Amino acid sequence: MKYLDEFRDGKAARKLSAEIKSVVTKPWQIMEICGGQTHSILKYSIEELLPEEITLIHGPGCPVCVTPLELIDKAIAIAQREDVIFTSFGDMLRVPGSKHDLLSIKAKGGNVKMVYSPLDAVKIAENYPDKNVVFFAVGFETTAPANAMSVIEAKRRGIKNYSILCSHVLVPPAIEALLSSKNNNIQGFLAAGHVCTVMGYEEYFPIAEKYNVPIVVTGFEPIDILQGILLTVKQLEAGKIEVQNQYSRVVTKEGNISAQKLLEEVFERTDRKWRGIGNIPSSGFKLKDEYSDYDAEKIFKVENIETEESPLCIAGEVLQGIKKPIECSAFGKECTPERPLGAPMVSTEGACAAYFHYGRYRHPEPALPSGRLVSES
Amino acid sequence: MCLAVPGKIVSIDESNPELKMAKVNFSGVSREVCIQWLDDVKIGDYVLVHVGFALNKIDEKDAEETLRILREMGDIEEENS
Amino acid sequence: MKQNYEIDFSTGLSCPIPKSDYEHVLLAHGGGGTLSHQLISKLFFSQFDNEFLNEQHDSAIFNIDKSRLAFTTDSYVVQPIFFPGGNIGGLAVNGTVNDLVAAGARPLYISAGFIIEEGLLIEDLWKIVLSMKEAARKSGVKIVTGDTKVVDKGKGDKIFINTSGIGIIKEGINISPKRCVHGDKIILSGRIADHGIAIMSAREGLEFETAIVSDTAPLNELLDCIEKFGDKIHVMRDPTRGGLASSLNEIAEIANVGMLIEEEKISILDEVKGACEILGLDPLYIANEGKMIAIVDKEVADDVLIEWRKKELGKEAEIIGEVTSENPGTVVMKTTIGSKRIVDMISGEQLPRIC
Repeated sequence: MKYLDEFRDGKAARKLSAEIKSVVTKPWQIMEICGGQTHSILKYSIEELLPEEITLIHGPGCPVCVTPLELIDKAIAIAQREDVIFTSFGDMLRVPGSKHDLLSIKAKGGNVKMVYSPLDAVKIAENYPDKNVVFFAVGFETTAPANAMSVIEAKRRGIKNYSILCSHVLVPPAIEALLSSKNNNIQGFLAAGHVCTVMGYEEYFPIAEKYNVPIVVTGFEPIDILQGILLTVKQLEAGKIEVQNQYSRVVTKEGNISAQKLLEEVFERTDRKWRGIGNIPSSGFKLKDEYSDYDAEKIFKVENIETEESPLCIAGEVLQGIKKPIECSAFGKECTPERPLGAPMVSTEGACAAYFHYGRYRHPEPALPSGRLVSES
Repeated sequence: MCLAVPGKIVSIDESNPELKMAKVNFSGVSREVCIQWLDDVKIGDYVLVHVGFALNKIDEKDAEETLRILREMGDIEEENS
Repeated sequence: MKQNYEIDFSTGLSCPIPKSDYEHVLLAHGGGGTLSHQLISKLFFSQFDNEFLNEQHDSAIFNIDKSRLAFTTDSYVVQPIFFPGGNIGGLAVNGTVNDLVAAGARPLYISAGFIIEEGLLIEDLWKIVLSMKEAARKSGVKIVTGDTKVVDKGKGDKIFINTSGIGIIKEGINISPKRCVHGDKIILSGRIADHGIAIMSAREGLEFETAIVSDTAPLNELLDCIEKFGDKIHVMRDPTRGGLASSLNEIAEIANVGMLIEEEKISILDEVKGACEILGLDPLYIANEGKMIAIVDKEVADDVLIEWRKKELGKEAEIIGEVTSENPGTVVMKTTIGSKRIVDMISGEQLPRIC
């Protein structure tokens, strides 16, 4: 496949691996922000190609993992209604709420449909005018414009039975929250390439400067990730703090202006709770008031659902890179991919599922850099 | 986040100016993709597609340049060894 | 004393239902992954317990007088019932034929049980029957007995078909997952994921330049040409539901061996690769209906490959890996970039992703 296969080339991967090994002299901790990057790192076992000095921390860039528990419970409450067809991307169907997940609601007779595009959900609303069609609008900035477009399309076509349950989260506030945390160990970032395709990367300059952290906008194929790591390590070794763009074949500094305009039209910033991390101010999107007819939370009056997380689940510390999944008392016992307690075990690129499926094979973790702050909990 | 795949535009449908669509080919599979956010796309262009929407055009010159640099990396190593 | 079961006196003192995390059966329980296995082993195996089931092979193998027979059953519930490359009828015959082949048996007789939803077009039923007739002819089996039931509209999803089959095992053939040992070579008869993607394209409206069709086919010829290697053929399996990865994992677990396979040796059609990319699916877990895995003594591996490649249905066969003693119960894959990763058992159904 053009523009995919070339970036999966084994020879190029080994060259980059050798280059990284020749450049590194000290231990470094680098976080890849995006779940898609984590998926690639695991699928191609990229850590095997890295020297021991480099530790990759899998960041919370997985909307599945960070969707707050209450939102899953709200989704389930809506999906259980007889007058609703609940539509969602495949990723969200197995995420556990307080008691159930969407797949088990389907098993009990709930009308839950998987879609590939939010426009498919709009089509369903058009085809079933006597049902309320709700779309679970989860995702980062990459998916937000598509979800916004579905609302605009529904409005344009006069479709009144379509709404979205919105759980959008934004990457730069999350990076800031991580970097400003007392327990932060992260020394370099691979920024999410597809988020930046939409948003550009101007937002990262002040962050890099404020926290003294190099940030490299990185793609998703193994060559992209290795190149992103190489650029980050080179900066770290040279004491540089810059924002670089590895994924330049798709990402520009300004991003996609038309898509950004769409976001401004439909959404406004709001505080959002990130599962396992807590509330991050101004880190999410919600529908503007003029689009409240399309806001499922308001329509179905599920604003007041409150929830409790499993006391055993340490998703928060795992998502922040403070603890490894194997340090969790429930890992592999009460919590497995078949019976997940928290989202990082459900999502295939969640850190816990990744350790469960792949980590058993790898050799023991490389030594962490000295000076690592002890977790306060 | 997020799975986005490069594909080639094989046809364009601008019959609805508010929802411009294109048929995009991914290694022999075609899908309808919304290209509303891209200015100046033509048949034969490669675009990056996520959940049925084209996020951006692929800068083919830039891609070739990156690959050329990678190819040369190894040559330099072989010269030095 | 705390009890976690209820005693049901209405059927006498029945056994306590095994503790399960699910009150209801989920679709994932039919997916071929760990949830399926749990359901089957905790509920069915534990109660039906006998020496044949405990072999955990697709077919039961037993002796009657001097003959060794294989007996298998399978049910077909595919939607849509007509898909590119075939329909549920041909699938139902080929699938059971292939289960017998995987036991090392020459398929002889098939039964066909139909559960038909009220309202199915007779013309559709006719097409299904013709497809079964053709499949039976191609594989040399006779459909010798059957049953037909009709259920109310809304209770049946058009048509379900169950086929059971009996085959005879030639002397010298001894196939069982437990015979898989360190040093064996793993051979795959051709490219993967065609069937699953063909089904999905019909369901989801994917268009292909070159039509992706199901690979459904009877695989007797792949057994016939290697029978001469006798008991050097250790295991055979057709990687259907759950794909290549699930089949290999099952065998590795039963035999308590490790496996090392090479991604580069596993062939996938470009269009199928493209479909997997855009849907975010891993082809290793996608169903096949016309492919066979053979795990054989390394002495005969190259010769088996030569024989398979002479056949239409084996012309793209490759040795994709070998059985190891490291990491028993685990399948490891060498990726296209040279690193190694675990190819784990999937827990439920593989879902398309956007993330």
